[in-house]
Amino acid sequence: MALPNKPTGELLAVKDPAVEEREVDILIVGGGMAACGSAFEVKKWSGDMKVLLVDKAAMERSGAVAQGLSAINTYIGENKPEDYVKMVANDLMGITRDDLVYDLGRHVDDSVHLFEEWGLPVWKKSAEGKTLDGNKGREMGTLKDGAQPVRTGKWQIMINGESYKCIVAEAAKKALGEENILERVFIVKLLLDANKENTIAGAVGFSVRENKVYVIKCKGMMVACGGAVNIYMPRAQGEGKGRAWYPVWNSGSTYTMCAQVGAELTMMENRFTPARFKDGYGPVGAWFLLFKAKTLNGLGENFAASDFSKKELEKYAPYGLAAVTPTCLRNHLMLAEMKAGRGPIIMDTVTALATLGATMDAKELKHLESEAWEDFLDMTCGQANLWCAQNCEPEKMNSEVMPTEPYLLGSHSGCCGIWVSGPDEPWVPDHYKWGYNRMTTVNGLFTAGDGVGASGHKFSSGSHAEGRISIKNCVRYVTDHADFKPALKQSPKELVDIAYAPVRLYLENFKYTTAADINPNYLKPSGFAMRLMKATNEYGGGWMTYYQTSEKALEILMDLFKVMHEDAEKLAAGDLHELMRCWEMKHRLWTVEAHCRHIQYRKETRYPGFYYNSDHPGQDDANWFCFTNSKYHPDSGEWEMKKVPHVKIFK
Amino acid sequence: MPSFVIQEKCDGCKGGEKTACMYICPNDLMVLNTEAMKAYNQEPDQCWECFSCVKICPTQAIEVRGYSDFVPLGSSIMPMRGTEDVMWTCKFRNGTIKRFKFPIRTTPEGAANAYPDLKGKDLKSGLLATEEAAGKTLIAP
Repeated sequence: MALPNKPTGELLAVKDPAVEEREVDILIVGGGMAACGSAFEVKKWSGDMKVLLVDKAAMERSGAVAQGLSAINTYIGENKPEDYVKMVANDLMGITRDDLVYDLGRHVDDSVHLFEEWGLPVWKKSAEGKTLDGNKGREMGTLKDGAQPVRTGKWQIMINGESYKCIVAEAAKKALGEENILERVFIVKLLLDANKENTIAGAVGFSVRENKVYVIKCKGMMVACGGAVNIYMPRAQGEGKGRAWYPVWNSGSTYTMCAQVGAELTMMENRFTPARFKDGYGPVGAWFLLFKAKTLNGLGENFAASDFSKKELEKYAPYGLAAVTPTCLRNHLMLAEMKAGRGPIIMDTVTALATLGATMDAKELKHLESEAWEDFLDMTCGQANLWCAQNCEPEKMNSEVMPTEPYLLGSHSGCCGIWVSGPDEPWVPDHYKWGYNRMTTVNGLFTAGDGVGASGHKFSSGSHAEGRISIKNCVRYVTDHADFKPALKQSPKELVDIAYAPVRLYLENFKYTTAADINPNYLKPSGFAMRLMKATNEYGGGWMTYYQTSEKALEILMDLFKVMHEDAEKLAAGDLHELMRCWEMKHRLWTVEAHCRHIQYRKETRYPGFYYNSDHPGQDDANWFCFTNSKYHPDSGEWEMKKVPHVKIFK
Repeated sequence: MPSFVIQEKCDGCKGGEKTACMYICPNDLMVLNTEAMKAYNQEPDQCWECFSCVKICPTQAIEVRGYSDFVPLGSSIMPMRGTEDVMWTCKFRNGTIKRFKFPIRTTPEGAANAYPDLKGKDLKSGLLATEEAAGKTLIAP
């Protein structure tokens, strides 16, 4: 008699799932801000086309804004889009796509105005220059009508954003229609057309609620499922590995799935290593910008203003000398202090609040305290709990700041992603455009948000606007190719075999041992995750080495990846949740490998503070002031790397 | 642990088709044990502490205990989310209690205008549907 050995979890996986085939005109993969933008916009243009949106979670709380946000970081308002372009370029050390950033800048406010109309509370300035929160602010009128937002920086505005995603998703779902949405379905592979070269024709995925595989054919597709998290060992490795800065469920699916069908990637070496409140990863932006707090080194010095720091910044001219220091260089200065033994870094919340409070009455002071807490409670609840657990009241006790583990994304202060066409307009350089705005190099495949490379600083609002831009062009593509009949290379049975391989491997082998998680014939995704993150942390410039890597370290890492690809075929799932985890790990492996291949290719250190290639320190504009693009060839399995010229449109 | 479910308070959403926490969790962590009719967090080390399950639970059966790696015991933060505001009760380890109320929405739930009747005219232009309807022109450098 076999020992009692059962698959874990409540929704057990079976060998032969049901199969549902669908054929639509347009498929939207993802449910975050960008996909919600697409869902809102698509039917305004698509006539009687069939549209389907597939989200692996529930749109009401999916994606990076699930928890809420305390600010909208991109609102152009009284500024000029060209100044936005210049700011983005400087923050990302010069190499960004001016066309894409400008295009975003001229549309983003329309999305912000819709958010406010839908019910998102936006802070306003009163006639006396006082700050009014979302309810009182409403009386000042709307942004669209010219009311003044509360700016924390040139581009950011404050909101009461606990329900930001719920509100945006509500409009998206209403616009698209519930009947055109599949939630809790995880798309794992995109599929090329059997007849037409380099053309998207569908996707395969599975439900995490029932044993069912979906095979979906389409004529056009918009893929936006976020960036990549837990690809480097997080600083907290127990329960705390869930407390990632970016949403822990972002598994690099956008980059991996598009790369696997041959979409060209760009600037994948760029990463974002945010400096945040230590462990809780609460936001620091409001502390710097709204409360005017300073960070101090372990000696109590305002190190950013030191001669040492000034000299460091001069090395990275012109970016380091700009009025606003690029995010990576701010990290670089912090790391320089830590490496010199002058850490840890402390956010001086006490002085900041005392200074602001000096001119306030008791009521205003109470409101200031509330603002400080709301900043966390709206978007990083866990940090508020950490403060409570540490008996930390920011007006009485300072908090430590620390650079986190690296993340890959294209919408925040990072710009890795997919190489897409810009607008088809005369001012856009020829090699930046191929007909359909935001289309990847695969015909019919579009992306937005974290998916679009070389154009960071979109944030939530920009991602929504970009989802709208992208889907309008997807509709145009499908309209122009109305005769196209998508045909898949694989049969539904073959696709089920691929999607459910981890389940089959599990069912064939789990009885061999007395504990299902340890078995010589397969690997569970939780263990595989640790292996991947240990390797990248040690060799790929994780926090363990102060973000340093080298030629030799990368060479070793590439060998480790090779074996991991083989073992990824041995990932096993006993239940549907674990099946999702298996596929997420496959996606993470591909994405972080692309990242490290790019680091290996770019022989300079363009983003000190985010990562260092110790064999190639410093920026090398003579050789590397260009985009670095990579393409995986689905037929041969080869990666091709190349330089692509950069054009500065706004001087 | 992230989120945990209080045995006595959870009623498994009365066996309804959708358990609220299971419906909402962005990372598919909350599951219902159908024998016990109680929900639980199946993978606490993948919890983002986003509080989506805490906010949606109809019986207030879900709370959060901070990550054991770095959060001392004894504190809690609890939201009460209404239709217009969220009220937070923040309890410190030393017993201090702070309460905060923030607006979350200025319109009734379900009132977002999806512009269902708006049909764009020029598919080839760079304008979004609402921009076109407002008579905007596309700016260029």
